[in-house]
Amino acid sequence: MLDSLLDQIQRLGRGTLTAISRLGRANLFLIEVFVGQGGMLTRPGLLIKQLFSVGVQTLIIIVVAGLFVGMVMALQAYYALVDFGAEDSVSVMVVLSLLRELGPVITALLFAGRAGSALTAEIGLMKATEQLSGMEMMAVNPIERVVAPRFLAGVISMPILAAIFSAVGVMGGYLVAVELLGLDPGAFWSQAQAKVELYKDLGNGMIKSLVFGFVVSWIAVFEGYDCVPTSEGLGQATTRTVVYGSLAILILDFVLTALMFGK
Amino acid sequence: MVLYKDINLSETLIKIRGLKFSRGDRVIFDNVDMDIPRTGVTAIMGPSGTGKTTLLKLIGGQLTPDAGTIEVDGQNVHQLKTKDLYTLRKRMGMLFQSGALLTDLSVFENVAYPIREHTRLNEAMVRQLVLLKLNAVGLRGAIDLSPSELSGGMARRVAMARAIALDPMMIMYDEPFTGQDPISMGVLVKLIKSLNDVLNICSIVVSHDVHETMSIADYVYIVSAGTVVEHGAPEDMRNSSSEWTRQFMEGLADGPVPFHFEAPDLFDDLFAESGKKRA
Repeated sequence: MLDSLLDQIQRLGRGTLTAISRLGRANLFLIEVFVGQGGMLTRPGLLIKQLFSVGVQTLIIIVVAGLFVGMVMALQAYYALVDFGAEDSVSVMVVLSLLRELGPVITALLFAGRAGSALTAEIGLMKATEQLSGMEMMAVNPIERVVAPRFLAGVISMPILAAIFSAVGVMGGYLVAVELLGLDPGAFWSQAQAKVELYKDLGNGMIKSLVFGFVVSWIAVFEGYDCVPTSEGLGQATTRTVVYGSLAILILDFVLTALMFGK
Repeated sequence: MVLYKDINLSETLIKIRGLKFSRGDRVIFDNVDMDIPRTGVTAIMGPSGTGKTTLLKLIGGQLTPDAGTIEVDGQNVHQLKTKDLYTLRKRMGMLFQSGALLTDLSVFENVAYPIREHTRLNEAMVRQLVLLKLNAVGLRGAIDLSPSELSGGMARRVAMARAIALDPMMIMYDEPFTGQDPISMGVLVKLIKSLNDVLNICSIVVSHDVHETMSIADYVYIVSAGTVVEHGAPEDMRNSSSEWTRQFMEGLADGPVPFHFEAPDLFDDLFAESGKKRA
């Protein structure tokens, strides 16, 4: 009984120490990534290539998801508001929800699933096949050449993808509200224009997506670089990227919302 | 004091003294001393899992020893600043077991990679250099292929071309013959020897393929259980009085390294009381 209890305490202690040590490694790694950004000044092509891979190749899923989220939002808003004769406010509900919450959060979740997991798998596979070690032995810093461009591409891509998600979502909302449900297009746009504030809604949404992009990219590149270089280790690292990334997004969203919109 | 027995080898390039290295509780190297000459092929041989690849990573500064020093060309590898370590690495080539080619680049781009990273040569000059390096390994015709289109042996030859791209003073080969068919193995053996002789460099071959490695080695270190078991010229190793060395060299199934894993007597095991656990 006592042995079992001690064993559990030991395990808890070991797990805590491992987690703290990983967090420390992740922070040191982030500093190295920041330092490594300098390499892109002489090789901007590295960043452009990664912007295509991380940003452009995630675009389709963002556009499709944005369109349907906007359409569903419009339908739900209409059904809720029509009973009160306030259906003209559908656009306000759609636009504010997208700009403040759904745009940044859903984009970040999709980004973690699509681009984040790909970044982890790519870097992890390079580690498993000794490509990173090979670069080190060629006197080339892999953090500068491989990790830093991918990290920066993730940070840059996220706000742009979130903006596209929200824009397409609004278009989806317009299609449902105006074309399908027959609301007045003038009322749709004027209500939205009257209620949306540039800094408070659009600006804060962009800040949120920038923070999410930073955190998800950090988790993705660290998990890839720190993974156990086996097929099992690679699988676990990819899973961790999606799980930790998604949880971090949701937790940070709460914190940021409280800070930005709290009275 | 130079450790190796003089067989017309030149001065020492790599000097290892009192090397200790562990992974967790497992001791990989325990007070190892080695001298590797500036020219010629030095083989480091030993059973699987004795830390031969680890030794190459320690020499290249990718791992840090628990104690002891490793000097390459008079510089203590583990006391160098990152910038100086990278400068030293430009003069080292390394051939990894997998080849470690960058999979998103073509054969040409792979060989050109270190040249572009570390020189300011124009593209025409880079192309000429790459063609010459690939020609040296017999793969000039594969210049436009991608790594996924190469066989294992070809990938290692491309990696060799990349390793010699900056005309290094030494090349480390990590298990270059593992998993190769006889023809590829023959090609790699010939290439390691001919590149070493033509470039007059230090080649360190880590391997447990006794026959192939001994055929090109000028000097041999045999490592096992964290220490250097024996070292000398290939002929000395073949005529070694050590039973362990002879078992390793001749690939004997039984000897100082027993065929059977430690176990109770077979008779006792077979006729032990039913359900009785081993002590």
